[in-house]
Amino acid sequence: MRVQARRAGALLGGLMFPAMSMADWTLNMSPGVTGTSNEIFDLHMTILWICVIIGVVVFGIMFWSIFAHRKSRDPDRKPANFHENTLVEILWTVIPLVILVVMAIPATATLVDMYDTTEAEIDIKVTGYQWRWKYDYIDEEFGYFSNISTSDDEIYNRTEKGENYLLDVDNPMVIPTNTRVRLLLTANDVIHSWWVPAFGLKKDAIPGFINEIWTQVDEPGIYRGQCTELCGIKHGFMPVVVKAVPREEYDAWINEQTAAAQAEAELTEKDWTMAELMERGEKAYASACAACHQPDGTGAPPAFPALKGSQMALEDMQGHIDIVVNGSSGTAMQAFGDQLSEVDLAAVITYERNAWGNDTGEMVTPKEIFDYKNQE
Amino acid sequence: MQINDITSLNKQAVTGVFMSAVTDTHAQDDHHHGPAKGITRWLLTTNHKDIGSMYLIFSFTMFLLGGAMAMVIRAELFQPGLQIVQPEFFNQMTTMHGLIMVFGAVMPAFVGLANWMLPLMVGAPDMALPRMNNWSFWLLPCAFLILVSTLFMEGGAPNFGWTFYAPLSTTYGPPSTTFFIFAVHIMGVSSIMGAINVVATILNMRAPGMTLMKMPLFVWTWLITAFLLIAVMPVLAGVVTMMLMDINFGTSFFDASGGGDPVLFQHVFWFFGHPEVYIMILPAFGAVSHIIPAFSRKPLFGYASMVYAVGAIALLSFVVWAHHMFTVGIPIAGQLFFMYATMLIAVPTGVKVFNWVATMFRGSLTFEAPMLFAVAFVILFTIGGFSGLMLAIAPADFQYHDTYFVVAHFHYVLVPGAIFGIFASAYFWLPKWTGHMYDETLAKTHFWLSFVGMNLAFFPMHFLGLAGMPRRIPDYALQFADFNMVSSIGAFMFGATQILFLVIVVKCVRGGEKASAKPWDGAEGLEWTVPSPAPYHTFATPPEVK
Repeated sequence: MRVQARRAGALLGGLMFPAMSMADWTLNMSPGVTGTSNEIFDLHMTILWICVIIGVVVFGIMFWSIFAHRKSRDPDRKPANFHENTLVEILWTVIPLVILVVMAIPATATLVDMYDTTEAEIDIKVTGYQWRWKYDYIDEEFGYFSNISTSDDEIYNRTEKGENYLLDVDNPMVIPTNTRVRLLLTANDVIHSWWVPAFGLKKDAIPGFINEIWTQVDEPGIYRGQCTELCGIKHGFMPVVVKAVPREEYDAWINEQTAAAQAEAELTEKDWTMAELMERGEKAYASACAACHQPDGTGAPPAFPALKGSQMALEDMQGHIDIVVNGSSGTAMQAFGDQLSEVDLAAVITYERNAWGNDTGEMVTPKEIFDYKNQE
Repeated sequence: MQINDITSLNKQAVTGVFMSAVTDTHAQDDHHHGPAKGITRWLLTTNHKDIGSMYLIFSFTMFLLGGAMAMVIRAELFQPGLQIVQPEFFNQMTTMHGLIMVFGAVMPAFVGLANWMLPLMVGAPDMALPRMNNWSFWLLPCAFLILVSTLFMEGGAPNFGWTFYAPLSTTYGPPSTTFFIFAVHIMGVSSIMGAINVVATILNMRAPGMTLMKMPLFVWTWLITAFLLIAVMPVLAGVVTMMLMDINFGTSFFDASGGGDPVLFQHVFWFFGHPEVYIMILPAFGAVSHIIPAFSRKPLFGYASMVYAVGAIALLSFVVWAHHMFTVGIPIAGQLFFMYATMLIAVPTGVKVFNWVATMFRGSLTFEAPMLFAVAFVILFTIGGFSGLMLAIAPADFQYHDTYFVVAHFHYVLVPGAIFGIFASAYFWLPKWTGHMYDETLAKTHFWLSFVGMNLAFFPMHFLGLAGMPRRIPDYALQFADFNMVSSIGAFMFGATQILFLVIVVKCVRGGEKASAKPWDGAEGLEWTVPSPAPYHTFATPPEVK
């Protein structure tokens, strides 16, 4: 019996160990690293303490009544009979009102400050997609997607979970420190919400609308958050990662990115071989398509049709190009024409027509995509 | 010919009811017969007690079903990683859990209590519109049959959260969304008819001498709740109809590319949604305002201010909806207005809590199960109120919004608020319904296990939210692991405990110590003047209220 109990205990301990080893019993909000987040933290603590004090007084009186005025203490106890007192009732209406007014003043000031999005030095457009973020540096003419980099093996418990499990991306957003940055938020499909707790920033990204927020981060570092508006199956798997770096490092990074974007644009002109397109297509497919159509092309019907063996991928080449470039309205299929480069579009379509036993042997070149987009 | 017969029969029945309600000179017109035999008793009944019982049984069934879904959610969240269900199914569970608990468990439970108790409390022989009463009940199982059947459809059940924000629920919704819309329509029809019935009963069928300001508080809170229902259920019907059009008929109410606005959805939804949360709590306020005085053996403190406070809460509930939407980017003037209006709600709510505490003060308190649930209601609902006040502070809400802090908040107002209010009412009135006392030891066990389980499940969610865990995610980062495990253990405990309630009620229906007409020392009201169990027909002759 005891042996069994010990075994059960060991088993339970073993099961719980991975969680316990990361033991983190954080109770409170973190003050964060920006002026806004600190102001919010102060508001949060003030209102919390007000609630605690009111709670102690009200529950104190209540527990006193429960203890002192209980019948079991004195079976002959005669209850009082009062049931009104105008003065008391006025007091406990007016006092809370005064407390609320006192609370509303700093809250209003903070809110006004948060809404002032003028005088930003840098504008970044943040677009929510199912299920990744795109960051466009609109003054610099480049942009990129930011995908979760946690592997399926970690998610499905096939391997140990890394330190930043679910909170890591391939390409973080990069911002300079000590600079006022404005973010323009929108979305491509459904409503997402962009949140970095350490900045005290959360705003919905809404398709067809643009929301503005601003921040200024003084402390270099990597800051993590998540999408906070239910946006479909992978809502839990679209982290937000922001890297704040000193200004010089930021400028160097901008130059590098701009050069890379130019080089990428020139690739359209290059003559591509089937093998090159397949290799690139596999990567592009994994980042843009696999979330819905699955890495093995089997999809998740009916919302996300299978590509493996599909009539469109095997026969209808024009239809295939059209649906990838322009999307399919009324369904979850997005228009990738503006999201991916011509090279990636060509590579993805080629890949889909030749992977997983589709083997059509057909190839689409970046030039054909370029012509297709321009003939429209 | 046949139609004429039915009409005249109707007239007879209606005049019969009203005549006997107004005067007893026609006492010979009363057909004091028992219930019909077999299934027809339940299918065709127009008796408010039968219909009340059916509502209560239905709501408990839905409570167990919605609870089972919560168990799936908590099992998946027991540890980080995906182990039990896939994200698709997880989202269906969170959505269906919310819909079933709100529309299937809490609302019908209060309608059931209203059916049973309102006629007894105002001294009426039945609800004002008994046939409509039958219809509004039987619509509900139909609606939920449709809703639950979506789980077995291709593409699965609704998976966009109980708030079904567009365009996730329109352009990107599963094919079953249309069935979900019809189910909501039917529930809405049922609720509106139930509410009209309540208003008609309270305004027309009170015993002579019962002026408005002499009505029991449960009657008052239900009257106000019924007006809220009549005001906002059509808005819900409107928003789902707009969805229906967007999905099936090519409109673009919520699609920006067609000139619509996704945020419009949220405005319309929350214009319904915020009064809706008060619909789920006001009747509990009323019931607790009977139970606390009864077990304090002392009259309710501040009856008039209780009535005004409920009225104020109901009115304010129409002008605070956008506090659910602080992050959508409404202009700052709107943001400030909704912040101030929301904070104001703390004042009447505070008045109610202070009144309950003042009622207990210097009473002669005993702690039978109804009182235990009622006291826990006051304490824990107040905690939910505090977090509500914190959420009202718009800048702070940017950090709380859509995190587990919000999940903790609304479970604190709905579980120990609405659900504990319902349990307190059930234990309070079970002797009247069944004629037997329930098993007090089991009931106290039910209370303490529920109390501990509920706090264990929901209190850590405050910490999770403050630490940054978003809601509606099937998997989470490692720093949230510990509290999630605690929370799951608490949830399993709370869930399992509810089976005990079923046992207690079944035991009480089948037998037990005989209950007197007024089993509680301090209880007041007309319902305690009729024998226990309450006869099938009561107050054929209206009582006189002085």
